[in-house]
Amino acid sequence: MNIVVLAKLVPDLVEELTIDANGNALDSSFARLIINEFDDHAIEQGILLKERGGGSVTIIAPDAEGADDVLFTAAAKGADRLIKIKGDFSNVNNHALARAFAKVVSGIKPDLVLTGVQAHNDLDGALGPLLAELLEMPYIGYVSAVSINGDKVLIKKEYPGGLLAEMDVQLPAILGIQAAEEPPRYVAVSKVRQAMKTSSIEEQDASNLDPCGGSAIGRMFQPEASSHATMITGSPDEVAEKLVGVFKELGIV
Amino acid sequence: MIVAEADRSFYDRVLQATPEGERLRLCLECGNCSGICPFGYLMAYPPSRMIAMLRADRFDKLLEADSIWMCVSCYACTAACPSKIPLTPGLMASIKEELVLAGNVPNELQNALTNSQRYGNPLGESPRKRADWANRIAPEVKIMGKFKQPVDVLWFVGDYASYHPRVQSTTRALARILNALGVDFGILGPDESSDGDSQRLAGEHGLFEMLADKNGKAFGKYKFNQIITTDPHAYNAIKNEYPKLGISYPIQHYTEFLAERLDQIKPMLKRESKAKVTYHDPCYLGRANGVFDPPRALIKAIPGVTLAEMLHNHTNSLCCGGGGGGMWLDGFQWEKAHVRLSEWRVREALDTKADILAVACPYETPRFEDAAKTVEGAAQLKVKDIAELLLEAMGI
Repeated sequence: MNIVVLAKLVPDLVEELTIDANGNALDSSFARLIINEFDDHAIEQGILLKERGGGSVTIIAPDAEGADDVLFTAAAKGADRLIKIKGDFSNVNNHALARAFAKVVSGIKPDLVLTGVQAHNDLDGALGPLLAELLEMPYIGYVSAVSINGDKVLIKKEYPGGLLAEMDVQLPAILGIQAAEEPPRYVAVSKVRQAMKTSSIEEQDASNLDPCGGSAIGRMFQPEASSHATMITGSPDEVAEKLVGVFKELGIV
Repeated sequence: MIVAEADRSFYDRVLQATPEGERLRLCLECGNCSGICPFGYLMAYPPSRMIAMLRADRFDKLLEADSIWMCVSCYACTAACPSKIPLTPGLMASIKEELVLAGNVPNELQNALTNSQRYGNPLGESPRKRADWANRIAPEVKIMGKFKQPVDVLWFVGDYASYHPRVQSTTRALARILNALGVDFGILGPDESSDGDSQRLAGEHGLFEMLADKNGKAFGKYKFNQIITTDPHAYNAIKNEYPKLGISYPIQHYTEFLAERLDQIKPMLKRESKAKVTYHDPCYLGRANGVFDPPRALIKAIPGVTLAEMLHNHTNSLCCGGGGGGMWLDGFQWEKAHVRLSEWRVREALDTKADILAVACPYETPRFEDAAKTVEGAAQLKVKDIAELLLEAMGI
């Protein structure tokens, strides 16, 4: 079983986000990147599948600050092959990212592709369905359990309202992981350091970062307050009198 | 006797963790350690039974049990051992390390370790906000990276003192005291990382080394004569562990630093207090490092204050439950124990009829204040850091 997992880096919300001078994108010079949480679950699911049924796990990440750490951490968890796609990904949309991933993934001829079901910076749709279209593979999102059964996978898909569906999917297929069956595991710092010595990152060039098909951002801005609460001050009697005045004004009494 | 491969590598780890690790072989099986361990009665394998299992070649059984995560690294077992086996930093930390390397870590602890790796603090706060507590202090607290000049004293603030909203008020109190004393001091701010000591004692030695390395580099960037710290865990790390990694600086806990300046401080303590105060010895200030008198001297210097000792005091002090990863295992330990060590300590404080439970470690104010909310009759007990008591007495 040849499993590929895609790992995207997104701005870390621990830091305050700022908008760049043009007013239509995040200021990437202040953003600190972190692995998309759902992609972390996709990596865990990939490793769990390998541990249960064998095979190999390849992790692919676009070049960004922190990408090497993400890849080596995955290797310390048990990933076999690490690929970094070189290119300027600082302000690309998911359409461009999907095209870059598709080129690398098609060269690997995977049986199963796992990706996080969503990311908080998906402004032009989730990555999984875009990639499925390019690779002409079936896609199922919101997956929370996967087991391999010959040339098919049996998956559990979550629906709103607490409903779960079980589905058979013909391989090769792409799954959007909502949650791995186990929480992403902790890897000790010494194990990550060991992985840095024993594994290597292959680099492949993104031929063409084509954003075509994605939405154009007109303006990006912080939430703006449209009105403010009025604070009523004074002694309890004065406050009560003012409140009654407000109620009368609003026609409540 | 042929020692199994796993056991041999484990003994190596114990030796690596502490210089006297081989004393493990001198265990008399007296059981003192298991008896004095505050959670020993709940462990399938308390310390002496852990050693018995190791000797019986049943290391695998130890790893299967989760007893070890009840260990709060309080040094009680180590202090009570007649064979002077360094149980806390050796055996206990090494078993935890074995589990951490196998990825077998309780979820709560995993979050704290991941946060420490990524943000340099277990709370998962932005490293850029590490000095935000100092925003309203005047004169301004010097952040070394901005100030770019030598200072006399570098204050290693620590994680909880920097970020925890309750402890920040203690941190601000000490800043005001240092200003009042005219101490020329600075802080590292965003350059400071977690001291890593609790992570080390929770079994994440690689993470400890990474954090120590970052702090070592930060210390190396600036000029100062000595370090003081608010955090006994940072004190223990910088005093006893960092030198093994080639990072050596003179360090004092803030209570030692202030106690040396009592002649200057005493005339400033103008506000008399009628309070009865009891003092909780932090494990890593008292038992682990023998600093018992300076905190008491500071409390006694406040006019009108009487100091009452709890049943467990000095070397025999009880842990607040926060050490060795305990700070990040509250849920796990509650599930196992349905008791909190902090509540036990608050009940002892009540027995002294004290008005104030004084502390000198940033883990303790929030832990004891929470405990005082649930212990019957403790609603009136105030929990205050010694820095807060001094500032109140100074009336500034």
